[in-house]
Amino acid sequence: MFSAPHSTCRHCGEPIPTASTGGAQFCCAGCHAAYDMIEGLGLDSYYQRRCLDPDQPTLKPDEDEVRFDFDAYTETDSEGLSALHLMVEGLQCAACVWLIETVLKKQPGVRHARINMTTRRLVLKWDGALARAEDLAHAVTQLGYRLAPYDPSLISAETERHEKQLLRAMVVAGFAAGNVMLFSVSVWAGFTQGMGEYTRGLMHWLSALIALPAIAYSARPFFRSAIGALKVGRTNMDVPISLAVILASTMSLVETIRMSDHVYFDSAISLVFFLLIGRYLDSRARGRARSAGENLMGLRARAVTILWEDGTHEIAPPEKLKPGMRFLVAAGERIAADGHVVSGESDIDTQLINGESVPERALTNTPVFAGTLNLSGPLTVEVTATGEDTLLSEIVRLMEAAEDARAKYVALADRVSRYYAPVVHTLALGAFLGWWLGAGSPWQDALMVSIAVLIITCPCALGLAVPAVQVVAGGRLLQRGILMKAGTALERLATADVCVFDKTGTLTQGQPQWTNAHAIGEDDKLLAASLAVASKHPLSRALCRNVLGAVLAKGVEEIPGSGLRLKTPDGEVRLGRREWCGVEAKDESAEAELWLARPNAAPVRFAFTDQVRIDAAATVAELKRQGFKVLLLSGDRASAVEAAARDAGIDDWHSALTPADKVARLQDLAGLGHCVMMIGDGLNDAPALAAAHVSLSPASAADISQTVADIVFQGNKLAPILEALLVAKRADHLIKQNFALSFVYNALTVPLALAGMVTPLIAAIAMSTSSLVVISNSLRLSIGAGFSFKRPSVVKPVQEQQA
Amino acid sequence: MTVLIYLIPIALVLGLAALFAFLWSLKSGQYEDMEGAANRILFDDEPSHENQRKIETDDNERDNP
Repeated sequence: MFSAPHSTCRHCGEPIPTASTGGAQFCCAGCHAAYDMIEGLGLDSYYQRRCLDPDQPTLKPDEDEVRFDFDAYTETDSEGLSALHLMVEGLQCAACVWLIETVLKKQPGVRHARINMTTRRLVLKWDGALARAEDLAHAVTQLGYRLAPYDPSLISAETERHEKQLLRAMVVAGFAAGNVMLFSVSVWAGFTQGMGEYTRGLMHWLSALIALPAIAYSARPFFRSAIGALKVGRTNMDVPISLAVILASTMSLVETIRMSDHVYFDSAISLVFFLLIGRYLDSRARGRARSAGENLMGLRARAVTILWEDGTHEIAPPEKLKPGMRFLVAAGERIAADGHVVSGESDIDTQLINGESVPERALTNTPVFAGTLNLSGPLTVEVTATGEDTLLSEIVRLMEAAEDARAKYVALADRVSRYYAPVVHTLALGAFLGWWLGAGSPWQDALMVSIAVLIITCPCALGLAVPAVQVVAGGRLLQRGILMKAGTALERLATADVCVFDKTGTLTQGQPQWTNAHAIGEDDKLLAASLAVASKHPLSRALCRNVLGAVLAKGVEEIPGSGLRLKTPDGEVRLGRREWCGVEAKDESAEAELWLARPNAAPVRFAFTDQVRIDAAATVAELKRQGFKVLLLSGDRASAVEAAARDAGIDDWHSALTPADKVARLQDLAGLGHCVMMIGDGLNDAPALAAAHVSLSPASAADISQTVADIVFQGNKLAPILEALLVAKRADHLIKQNFALSFVYNALTVPLALAGMVTPLIAAIAMSTSSLVVISNSLRLSIGAGFSFKRPSVVKPVQEQQA
Repeated sequence: MTVLIYLIPIALVLGLAALFAFLWSLKSGQYEDMEGAANRILFDDEPSHENQRKIETDDNERDNP
């Protein structure tokens, strides 16, 4: 069933380079192996079912995958099975879930393998030894998915429990509302057809029987929140809601006992039901983004290899490290504590800490920091600071302090209710006093009018005005790969007027790109690439990406911290640092460089720069057009920042800033009355992200930055920022419209209620229609085009052609 | 109106039955992965080469009888 040559890889869908290590059908050997494995297990129907999403990372098996110590995360469950909790990265659609589960279930001994598609978590259980975790995980990583173990106990069960409770309350309220309405309709029909007094009484009693317990149960979320607010001497939207529900129920009970006809059980319970719908949707809309954040929090630092003085090794959790101890860091591992290098030579990727895109060289005595990545050679590090004292923790503290300041923001809905609630209470009280003392009615009738006022003004529509829009906005953004994490993110985004970018990884792609390819001869390129294939250094990889058909030369040796060398009959060929290749001349025009030195020829220079994202200039131009002041704040060197600022079209740039400097700049801007939108990705940006009015992070950002950011966007482009802005502006508009609609409705119905002309039927109808109007208005957000320079296309299921 | 005497209890019992069915399904974790549940129904239990071939032949026969 093999077909004519494909131009894209049969496994991952990437274009196939001309001389692929995976043969004519695959882009690399890894993809070929993955395809063989899938076909060998008889699962090749996977390729027909799946949909590849161009915005997701590709399925190309990662050659230099970060090795987790899976065994350390494995535990034995109550049934004696070994269990492992993993987070799966790279899921594209349901077919991926099916593939992973089936592949795992075909491994001997596996009893349970199930992925929760919503939270992207995999639970894996098998018979026998804990130590098989590595093999089982490898079966999945081989397919191109990435796995990370997490600790389920670190993921808060609190919010999940809360959401379940809301759902249960909503269903109980819905059940009761439906049944009570059934009796109410009979009563209303009875008005015209002459229902007997006792039959009506029976209907009312039945309604009370259903509605009272249901209200007592379902309205607890409102009561709790209202009591909470009253305790601290404030009032919120839940206070009038609770008051209306309680008063309406008690009064209806009294009326039922008196065999009178002013019974509002149906209004009370459907009010609770409608509001719970709003609450539940609101909580669910944020659930997905929240679980993404929680997944990140669940990732613990991995185990470290401690080197004891007697020369023995011990694999232990990083908490065991104490200053003065020594530990080993293998190539490809993150460093667990601050310290300095005792022995070994390597390159350290410090992007997470200072935003520098080109690795630093590490030699004996070079200080290294927790969270940085060791790239090329093994190191022995002596600890100088651990846990709370590391630079990493310092940044986290700075971030938390900034976050506290932002927590003071009050959501629009709460601001509205601050003014609304007292007005409603005054009106209701006024109606009661007016009818009782003013018009001389019996106090029961006066109370009835005042309850009618409460029910009519009851912020049913108001309670839905914000959540309904947010649910629609969140769903729409999610489709474009934008996760809204904070409930008030859109509100704050809509008011932003200054846009601050970080450089590395945000404005730029975060990895060096080879810039002088045109100036170098084909032979030199091929020779350099044949050495570079052997290395995982970012510069080598950038070089290989751009040379098609590079084949690894036999006998290449990597000298960590210096470069690569190859012994040939003519002499030694070297690819690496300037000094190591014996070049004297200095040229600082590029961010990074590699030199190729050969016997009997002049050395060749390869220049690399971290280039700005494809649509960075267009995005910045559009932001400026929309009236934003655009700034670039970076921790990188001035020359690199200037180049990126020029390419992106930003005039106002600042370089060599520490995380604290960035926060200070943002606070200055805030002091001038600006609302700052901060877009950053590095750990060094985390405090600034927390300090900004609203913050965005690309999905490639450091875990902690994603955790503090209000909005996380996926993909390699910056256009999602504009999409988020567009949706935020429209959502803001719609929310205000919804409030206006609710007020208009109140202005029309409150006089009726004050005049005592509202019957239970009118109250029920008026309330439902206002809610429906608000919901339908909110749904308008989902129609209409999104923001685009040009619309991205989604690749539909890959249909294999049959030969 | 005597019909109400048994119609009302029947209506209530039916409603309650549905309510309890829902609460049970909530408790047994059926709402934990809505997205997965929607897709899982489309998964084959044990897809094999034979099945795959059979489906393909069936399709061919249908297309060119």
